Amino acid sequence: MNLTLKVWRQKNADAKGAFVTYKAEGISPDMSFLEMLDVVNESLILKGDDPIHFDHDCREGICGMCSLYINGRPHGPKRAITTCQLHMRSFGDGETITIEPWRAGAFPVIKDLATDRSAFDRIQQAGGFISVNTGGVPDANVIPIPKVIADEAFNSATCIGCGACVAACKNASAMLFVSAKVSQLGMLPQGQPERYSRVQAMVAQMDEEGFGNCTNTRACEAECPKEITLTNIARMNNDFFSAKLFREEHAHEHASGE
Amino acid sequence: MTLEAKIPEGPLAEKWSKHKFNLKLVNPANKRKYDIIVVGTGLAGASAAASLAELGYNVKAFCFQDSPRRAHSIAAQGGINAAKNYQNDGDSVYRLFYDTIKGGDYRAREGNVYRLAEVSVNIIDQCVAQGVPFAREYGGLLDNRSFGGSQVSRTFYARGQTGQQLLLGAYSALNRQIHLGKVKMYTRTEMLDVVTIDGQAKGIVTRNLITGSIDTHSGHAVLLCTGGYGNVFYLSTNAAGSNVTAAWRAHKRGAFFANPCYTQIHPTCIPVTGDHQSKLTLMSESLRNDGRVWAPKSVEIAERLRKKEITADQVAEDDRDYFLERKYPSFGNLVPRDVASRNAKEMVDDGRGVGGSGFAVFLDFADAIHRLGKDAVAAKYGNLFDMYYQITDEDPYKQPMRIYPAVHYTMGGLWVDYNLSTNVPGLYALGECNFSDHGANRLGASALMQGLADGYFVIPYTLGDYLATIGPKPVDANHPAFAQTKQDVMARINSLLALKGTKTVNEYHRDLGHIMWEYCGMARTEEGLAKAKGLIHELRADFWKNALVVGENEEVNPALEKAGRVADFLELGELMVDDALMRRESCGGHFRLESQTPEGEALRDDDNFAFVAAWEYKGDNQPEVLNKEMLDFEFVHLTQRSYK
Repeated sequence: MNLTLKVWRQKNADAKGAFVTYKAEGISPDMSFLEMLDVVNESLILKGDDPIHFDHDCREGICGMCSLYINGRPHGPKRAITTCQLHMRSFGDGETITIEPWRAGAFPVIKDLATDRSAFDRIQQAGGFISVNTGGVPDANVIPIPKVIADEAFNSATCIGCGACVAACKNASAMLFVSAKVSQLGMLPQGQPERYSRVQAMVAQMDEEGFGNCTNTRACEAECPKEITLTNIARMNNDFFSAKLFREEHAHEHASGE
Repeated sequence: MTLEAKIPEGPLAEKWSKHKFNLKLVNPANKRKYDIIVVGTGLAGASAAASLAELGYNVKAFCFQDSPRRAHSIAAQGGINAAKNYQNDGDSVYRLFYDTIKGGDYRAREGNVYRLAEVSVNIIDQCVAQGVPFAREYGGLLDNRSFGGSQVSRTFYARGQTGQQLLLGAYSALNRQIHLGKVKMYTRTEMLDVVTIDGQAKGIVTRNLITGSIDTHSGHAVLLCTGGYGNVFYLSTNAAGSNVTAAWRAHKRGAFFANPCYTQIHPTCIPVTGDHQSKLTLMSESLRNDGRVWAPKSVEIAERLRKKEITADQVAEDDRDYFLERKYPSFGNLVPRDVASRNAKEMVDDGRGVGGSGFAVFLDFADAIHRLGKDAVAAKYGNLFDMYYQITDEDPYKQPMRIYPAVHYTMGGLWVDYNLSTNVPGLYALGECNFSDHGANRLGASALMQGLADGYFVIPYTLGDYLATIGPKPVDANHPAFAQTKQDVMARINSLLALKGTKTVNEYHRDLGHIMWEYCGMARTEEGLAKAKGLIHELRADFWKNALVVGENEEVNPALEKAGRVADFLELGELMVDDALMRRESCGGHFRLESQTPEGEALRDDDNFAFVAAWEYKGDNQPEVLNKEMLDFEFVHLTQRSYK
């Protein structure tokens, strides 16, 4: 396959970026999208040019590091996969492919296609945990959890923190990301003691980082490589409003009566 | 030099408890006077950093990725072992210990392995308390599945994403400590050297991967939790960034490197499709619970399959060789990884391989789908089937997977004693980075167990003993050793940046990988290894003459990062070959063609090789010196491993 790439190049966070056009020639349809970029980069290096910088690591769709905005869609044209799992057979010979970094104020560009997503870590640090120390915990089977609840909590827990939801959202909202963790821990019995303080802390940090709010467009859900659903946002809103409307001890009562 | 493993005396089951009591404690008010450096934030690093911070130590944690959550532990699929015996099927701490020692082909320490089995039960409790959503039964209790090398179901799992869920659990514990100010996290920061003062580790030198800034960090102890070195083979199931640099730099500062030739070639990976390929993708071992491995009985049928004249489902039952079930009736498809890999290679060598390249065998789910239904199979393995489909464009619900072995894990690593201390005081190695618990072959679902055992339940005790001994006096960050080590690092970076040859670093890496796979892979011979040694030596010399490294230090420069890592792999590769040459026996993942039983199984030589090979660096281009730690087996009887 021979392709034309229009790639966003930006030297660093302060530099002004621009699209640069490259040819990608002799590409095999069995290559992953990132392997195609590897080939282009090898040829750039041999010419003494600066290779295109992009984030990547595990290359099996789970680490959440890769993050390209391909032809106007996070992680490219296919549903429910990351860029590293996108293969060139999804494109046609002779096609022009536009590649951009995630676009969101809270994710400043570091270089070319790589952005700074440390805001996500700071939101998790604000409350995305259950406060237990190592040791001194009960036997794992002391708390039975209905399979449906465990499975649903698992669905929320599969978020890989890639940021596609933010990139897809016209408001650059991080609510799908935040609500996935809020839901996972809020559904499990272990997460109940901090349920209402957690949601407030995480939402406050989300706002501080400059992410927008949800207006139910559902672009995030459509683009999420792990198919995290909008239901998570509804759960988060429910917990958030409960926490804001009631005193904390009453919020717990309210939840148990719902 | 005599290596002191420091295994406590006494009965197996009492060793760890007694040792814990004998270890010195640091009083709570003094803990805050100690600074601990943790490099790497995978299962071992994140769990250690969080647990030590909870105790009150000041922790500085480092990772090269953009977030601690990206460490490659995240990609572990199948599960984590623990001797809970929730299934009432005869499991016990002793059985897990025994399976692990036997699975490792009797090349691990009894004391370490027993402790691992002992704390395995605590790990599951800890993870559940953190909110890790393990798979559950309808009654609400935890589910288990079986894994290779064992006849009980002791593997806890979270669909095919167990590593992800465990790592996110450890990451959440780490986040809590970052929030509390007890851990200072440095992301996109790569460790490039260890600083030693009077033979003790007192700090590290790092490079900021955004700005190129070279910085020094001081601490009372340095914990390396930096994973394995499988990427020395270029193609492996490791992440693109996984590398040996931290461990190798520590080795060059005096830490012994143990059993480097013990590498695990995982039997069920998606086969290579071409030269462009940058990594290999694992299909979890758990698939062997329900998938049946087979190859055609005849070369003729294999050829027709390779030419796509027929498809797998057109091969009659009688023309299929379910070779693992045939050769190992009691373990069947659940033999350990080394055994399964070697047998797949045998099929291919025999001309019975399938797929376009002929380098594959089948993993077939037709029976399972017939027996359990497609939905039940999807519930267990759905994400793996999807991943297979994305990569190969073939639907495993309709036709069998094509699989072939690939490099997956390295049992070798930095030599550590029972306290996880390297021979350099103050320098510790945890998780895959050390060599200690898996012998010559790791059983499935044991890597996650070991990483978390080291981080949550071993280092918090053993580190305190060392810290109490050296006292809380602050480390002198102005000691000339810091400036000197920083200067060494900068000199090395400058020599890499001065390489303006004609061949990219990636090409050197690929060439090294070819040599390693060909001569130091699934089957090794005296002749091949000797040849590999020469080839690597030449390749390394050529690298330092003709490699091309673009860009500068003071910027984001992945070409420079990769150059440093490949330069270290080139040195490591030679040591691996030396180690494989020295070990004239077969054991676990190390298969010397000269040493096999009449049935073609690995033939150990316990009289001459029941030792840990700990290699000592003696200077550039000097042969490394072999130190032997003899393995004593007090409790298990060494036998020829049999899974028949």
